[in-house]
Amino acid sequence: MSAISSRTTSLHARHLAAGAKLGDFAGWQMPLDYGSPRAEHLAVRSGLGVFDVSHMGQIEVSGHDARPLLVWALTNNLSAIGPGQGQYTLMLADDGGVIDDLIVYALIDRYLLVVNAANRTACWERIRAGAEGRDVSVADRSDEIAMLAVQGHTWEAALAPLIGSPAPLALDYFEVTEDMVADVPAFVARTGYTGEPGVEIMCPWDLAPQVWDALIAGATPVTPAGLVARDTLRTEMGYPLYGNELSRARGPIPAGLKWACDTTGLGFAGADAVRRDLERTPAERLVGFVFDEPGIPRPGQPVLVDERTVGIVTSGTLSPSLERGIGMAYVATDAATPDTAIVVDVRGRPRRAHVAGRPLVARSPRTD
Amino acid sequence: MADEVYPEDLRYHREHDWVRLEGDEAVFGITWFAQDALGEVVFFEPPAVGALLSADTSYGELESVKAVSDIYAPADGEVVAVNDGVVGSPELVNSDPYGAGWLVRVRLTNPARLDALMDRDAYVAYLAGLDQA
Repeated sequence: MSAISSRTTSLHARHLAAGAKLGDFAGWQMPLDYGSPRAEHLAVRSGLGVFDVSHMGQIEVSGHDARPLLVWALTNNLSAIGPGQGQYTLMLADDGGVIDDLIVYALIDRYLLVVNAANRTACWERIRAGAEGRDVSVADRSDEIAMLAVQGHTWEAALAPLIGSPAPLALDYFEVTEDMVADVPAFVARTGYTGEPGVEIMCPWDLAPQVWDALIAGATPVTPAGLVARDTLRTEMGYPLYGNELSRARGPIPAGLKWACDTTGLGFAGADAVRRDLERTPAERLVGFVFDEPGIPRPGQPVLVDERTVGIVTSGTLSPSLERGIGMAYVATDAATPDTAIVVDVRGRPRRAHVAGRPLVARSPRTD
Repeated sequence: MADEVYPEDLRYHREHDWVRLEGDEAVFGITWFAQDALGEVVFFEPPAVGALLSADTSYGELESVKAVSDIYAPADGEVVAVNDGVVGSPELVNSDPYGAGWLVRVRLTNPARLDALMDRDAYVAYLAGLDQA
């Protein structure tokens, strides 16, 4: 492990005290697990988990031209959200390749973009380039903002004793508010990456331990959960991960993200490529799949139909909820129909599987 | 998870596999160090009963949620039994790596190969060397 080159979050000492196994993630030493990724996954599904996601980036955009800048830089329909609302969206290169997938929050006087740690620099450069000649202020706040994801159906009970007002408990899915959490000023957003209801809390970098300690010490049990559990949870939901399902090499349409593109205006950077993809049947599509026999799929493994290679696995794991191998793959469009029988080549051993609709595990009814 | 121990009665392979001699048969498994490095084991891909294993060659796989690890035969032999307990409950490799977490039982075809393996003290010294590397 390259402890020298990678950075740590303000919760590093908490992770070590909780017995975390640390791993390098986009230049950060992050907790992979605290002993049992399976137990952490199931704790989120059945109760509550807390994740340190302080490695994620935050970019602030304000000023007169903030909206036109973001209408250019981001794919989704920004007019659909007003102050206090967030939106899943994409940033595309001019050729339509995906620079990042992110959440944009509209605050009262500015926008806040929450971007993947690995793409922080790319997003920042894109936004800064777009700011040239526009009446906007842009700032990379990533080093100032820590982020905790509190995920699971008991989130309200855990949060209620810590918040300054009841407003966070009244948020709808993807809404955001400013409040005090454990006497720390914070943004509280009803978002997450697990399929469970919950919030993401953004607060000043150095004050995150105060929020963490208050959550752990509270009467509602909360399990520290690492990035491995975060990955198995999002895979069960069929949520794409940048670097696996999304990259510069593909546009949003094969990934099934047409819904995150404003296809009426198509005024965003990269829209020409999206328009071309919409006018033809895509050669390949992103699908979920579930194994019909033992085994664990892994990224990069071939997908076959009738002994012919039709695609490639982008994410694969053992689902702790289903106790079966699950994953996502780009496959030829004629093999993308749910229930299509496929075979995944697991290091030379063929494993029977079937294409399945996403989410691969039923989403908690309390998410929305 | 089990405490870090390396029993005296085992012989050790440099790929962190152990062998316990029982007459002309032997039991193979992975060491505490190996299971700790792998993390929580969730899948065991065993060899078939009757398969011929060659020393220093992979005979199966153990998988954690994030990683796959080959398991190496510490000696030559024919598989006479696979631990179905680990097939059904792979986490036994973590909780009891030298007991209920054994992987295969083999009939040794070249017992002299065992002489090439490390005893406990040599293996512990080998691990200390890895730590400094």
